[in-house]
Amino acid sequence: MATNALTNLFNQTEDPSLATPRMNRFTFFFLIIVILGLGCGVASFIFGHEKMYNYTRDVPWGLLISTYAFWAITSTGLCIYAAISHIFGGTKMAVVSNRMVWMSIICILGAFATIGVEIASPHRMLIYNILSPNPASNIWWMGTLYGLAVGCMIVEFFGIVTGLARIAVILGTIGAIAEVLANSCLGGVFATLPARPYWYGGQLPIYFLTAAFLSGAAAIVLINHLAYKIRGHKMPQSVKDAIKSAGKAMTLVLILYSVATFWRLIMYFVGGSELGRIAADALISGPLAINFWLLEVCIGLIIPLVLILRSRLKNTGMLATAGLLILIGQFVARYNLIAGGLLVPGTLGWDNAPTYFDYVPSFFEFAVVIGSLSLVCFGFLLGERVFGKTFTQKEHH
Amino acid sequence: MDIKALEKEKNEGIDTLPSEERRKFLKMGLTVTGVFLGGTVLSLTSAQKALCVNTVSVIPAAGQYPYNKHYGMIMRQNNCIDCEKCLDACRATNHVPTGHDAWRTTIQERLTTVEGIEKREFRPILCNHCNRPPCVRVCPTKATYKDPETGIVVMDYKKCIGCKTCMAACPYNARYFNHDRYAIDKCNFCLDTRLAEGEKETACAAACPANVRVFGDIKDPSTEIYRLLHEPDNKIWVIRPECGALPNVFYMNA
Repeated sequence: MATNALTNLFNQTEDPSLATPRMNRFTFFFLIIVILGLGCGVASFIFGHEKMYNYTRDVPWGLLISTYAFWAITSTGLCIYAAISHIFGGTKMAVVSNRMVWMSIICILGAFATIGVEIASPHRMLIYNILSPNPASNIWWMGTLYGLAVGCMIVEFFGIVTGLARIAVILGTIGAIAEVLANSCLGGVFATLPARPYWYGGQLPIYFLTAAFLSGAAAIVLINHLAYKIRGHKMPQSVKDAIKSAGKAMTLVLILYSVATFWRLIMYFVGGSELGRIAADALISGPLAINFWLLEVCIGLIIPLVLILRSRLKNTGMLATAGLLILIGQFVARYNLIAGGLLVPGTLGWDNAPTYFDYVPSFFEFAVVIGSLSLVCFGFLLGERVFGKTFTQKEHH
Repeated sequence: MDIKALEKEKNEGIDTLPSEERRKFLKMGLTVTGVFLGGTVLSLTSAQKALCVNTVSVIPAAGQYPYNKHYGMIMRQNNCIDCEKCLDACRATNHVPTGHDAWRTTIQERLTTVEGIEKREFRPILCNHCNRPPCVRVCPTKATYKDPETGIVVMDYKKCIGCKTCMAACPYNARYFNHDRYAIDKCNFCLDTRLAEGEKETACAAACPANVRVFGDIKDPSTEIYRLLHEPDNKIWVIRPECGALPNVFYMNA
């Protein structure tokens, strides 16, 4: 009975045009990479995190935390735009909002998968987050709120699929609020550590929210472009308009984010903490300089802006390329921010401490990152195949 | 308004000023005074709060000891000869794993030049058992907390999820990941290994041949640490005071 109802439901939501051997091959390919990549992370529980990851006493966080932050921030962005479209309407993005909700869930699952294998004892987290909560801890709030958000979004998505619009809107709103608060707590994790002057300060949570609006808009443009690319269909005008609308948001936030990045770095050179200045120098001319100038600034900010201007918000292919580059830039930006704060020794001047600690992510750290990326790609293809009609139903009206 | 024309006018004097104008002027004066007075009262309130955290000295003032015993340590830094007996004693007493980057206390060194002569300087460090510990605030599961009796920052290993936020938050790099326990570990002033057994000193302080480390209750005027902290001629400092963690490990030169 229940199976029948489920089959009926999927019959209504699935997109049979994607049931091709080629699509299946791609989906299974990503699934295998997920198993291999995240398998490396799971193996760390057997062989020891210290043997698999290049974390040290001096640099306790690295690529996995920045990857977690990247997926979490992108998820927040997608969720916010979806909620704005659902609740307030009036934006042309509403036609693609169901796909945004799905991808927001997938991105947060990518984040959870990454941090799940980064934390040494996640099973203790499941128990003591509830039995021994610390309300002063940003990590506690962040974990709890992201957990709440993903729960709400899953029910919201269920509401969307089954046509329970009221549940979808209410849960979507709660989910989006939880995501925004969780995102600001994620910024707060770093912003409230006076021991790390490169992070310390009230601006960082806002910076993270700005990044969420940027990554979210870039993801909307890219994902919708890809959704029609894999189908080989011509994109309906309503989706083109949605992409144009997301492109406008992306352009505006790209400029705001660039301004924030500029001032964030400049202010370390006009006074304040020496450690903050040395960290900023790591990006300007130190070990993170190539990451910063080439990947974060050129590929992630300048080239996308040029592409957007050239596309005049009409050429969706060009806009999608800009979205992809922005997401690459944002991924590297998260890494630069986290590495920048950790590479500078707090005991500078003593123990012949180097100006910058040495940290290069291990093979297994990269494997987990590839695994989480594949998880998102797998989730995208699975969503298009299983819920394709739910995503496109409004687009063709 | 034509200023030049006004300048040519004859001064009417104050005799002809209507009393309403005078009242208006007085009211304005009183308002301005009131605003300033109110502001002063407000600023006094915050000033009093500022005094409470004792910004002048790194030594906690009387009344700032929320714990029955308030343990701290003072390092007579220039006495340290880097013999590392403290490190060995700590490892042996507290079962600190060897290898990796595991230590509860260590000795840092640097080269300085004093009057043209190169000099090697040593600085023992360990957990500062701060009054406002960043590690305790950030821990999501209260796996690290201030012991309510002694103010010592301790670990409850079974609750540690290994998120390593406390390691990022500590200004003193005093925390490490203990692979044996699969949890973060740190100095606890030998609370479980020595103080609980009735010893008066930590292992590192007891092992120091140069009497660098003086451990004790900084609240008790009969202790040596209290005397050293309050001797007017002693210049006392702490590491990274700008972090606002209010550490309980102090430094001086003997």
